[in-house]
Amino acid sequence: MIELDNIAYSYGGGELLSEVSLKLAPGSFHFLTGPSGSGKTTFLKLCYGALTPTAGRVQLFGKDVREMDRDDHALARRQIGVVHQDCQFLDHLPVRENVALPLTVSDRDSLEQHSNLKELLTWVGLGHRASALPPELSGGERQRAALARAVIMSPDVVLADEPTGNVDWEMSQRLLQLLVELNKMGKTILIATHDLNLIRSAKHHVQARVLRISGRKLQLAGADL
Amino acid sequence: MSKGLQLSKLIMGDAQADRVVPPTGFTARLTLFAAGAMAFLTVFALALSLASGRLAARWGDELAQSSTLRISAPEEQMAAQTAAALTVLESTPGIASARALSVDEQRGLLAPWFGPDLPLDSLPIPQLIEIVETEEGYDGAGLRLRLQAEVPGAVLDDHTRWRRPLERAAGRLRLLGWVSIGLIGAATAAMITLAANAALAANAQVISVLRLIGARDSYIARAFVRRFTLRALLGAAVGTAMGALAVFLLPSAQESGGFLTGLGFQGMSWAFLALIPPLAGVVAYLATGAAARRTLGELT
Repeated sequence: MIELDNIAYSYGGGELLSEVSLKLAPGSFHFLTGPSGSGKTTFLKLCYGALTPTAGRVQLFGKDVREMDRDDHALARRQIGVVHQDCQFLDHLPVRENVALPLTVSDRDSLEQHSNLKELLTWVGLGHRASALPPELSGGERQRAALARAVIMSPDVVLADEPTGNVDWEMSQRLLQLLVELNKMGKTILIATHDLNLIRSAKHHVQARVLRISGRKLQLAGADL
Repeated sequence: MSKGLQLSKLIMGDAQADRVVPPTGFTARLTLFAAGAMAFLTVFALALSLASGRLAARWGDELAQSSTLRISAPEEQMAAQTAAALTVLESTPGIASARALSVDEQRGLLAPWFGPDLPLDSLPIPQLIEIVETEEGYDGAGLRLRLQAEVPGAVLDDHTRWRRPLERAAGRLRLLGWVSIGLIGAATAAMITLAANAALAANAQVISVLRLIGARDSYIARAFVRRFTLRALLGAAVGTAMGALAVFLLPSAQESGGFLTGLGFQGMSWAFLALIPPLAGVVAYLATGAAARRTLGELT
């Protein structure tokens, strides 16, 4: 579904990633790790088409990113749920509407979806916060709201960038739990994190592969973590 | 999606699409005010254009009509010269008819100046001949030469010489009115573009969130376009109503007032006013649409 074929990415200053190839298979669970500034966020952006590689080919659901127009990108993002480290919301709308926003903008806002929305909010533990405005949420609540928003369209892939960056250990375990559950429902998951403890704790619950960015290259890390 | 459907969808609105952009009181009021003020000015420019159009038409009509031949001659030659002049005029191409004014008519013309009791018979009053031209008109210089030879006492008073520049001035005035309306429209578009750009810039975060979760550009643009179109429509409606009221309250036209008090709308021309708000709406729709497309196109 997401295929990177020998891609490179350089900013004005120099090359950040090179000779990177990856094929995200349906139902797989990947961690992406590496030191700060190694290009984890850039890698994720390449995976959902926010950036175009400077060399090589990225295919999203069988389509070359370079040949996709802006509407194609919009449609692709409905199939890829993204959770950012600093997740942003529409601050004037309550959590309920923010989480339902992907349905709203794709004209799939129906009554049936509203009961799903309630279930979803309960699942991420925000049932009681549905009417709160995003600025009133704590860091962990924001991350969970972002996760709920990322999965409401029932996407095939969920990409998460440091989803546990701003939350305590207990909360990060809870978020991980939610992602593992999604994986068990058949979703493809890719989590960028520098938190090795998180990766270790995940290994008890799920068959996860660990990718490491090191020296501009992407490597498959061993099981020795 | 057809244009008509798109338009009705725009007017009917999508309550949800409208909610995704936070309300902005200040820009909204400024846009309303600008559209209103511009519509108000348009009313006057339109009144000017239509009034000078009427004026030009009226002068044009009269232009086609008449000139006057004045014969000053000793009393005993008057009848002979008048007859000679009429003969000349009747044989001049471009003159439809020529008629010597009767004594009573001449007295009527002089009465406002000298009073009704003027002893016309005892005064050396020139004889006037009213000339009605055909549409092509006659050759004034040629006629003057012939009259000089055959009727030495005749002076041709050609009204067209002073009416033509006036008619031209009225035409220019009308053109000026239309140019003003065009400029007002362009200025409205410029102001709405600026307001829309400000709104788009202020909502950069909203736009990036919407893009991230898979909103199409058209969806995002619609939220802004609808807002500005409705504001321009409403503002222009209020401005037009106030402008119309102001024109309506102008002192009514009088014979002696001429051009100035003739500024206003007559009959069907009031209907032109109804076009101002929809036109403002169309201008806002196009301006905001272009601004939104440009801004969104620059984002990743």
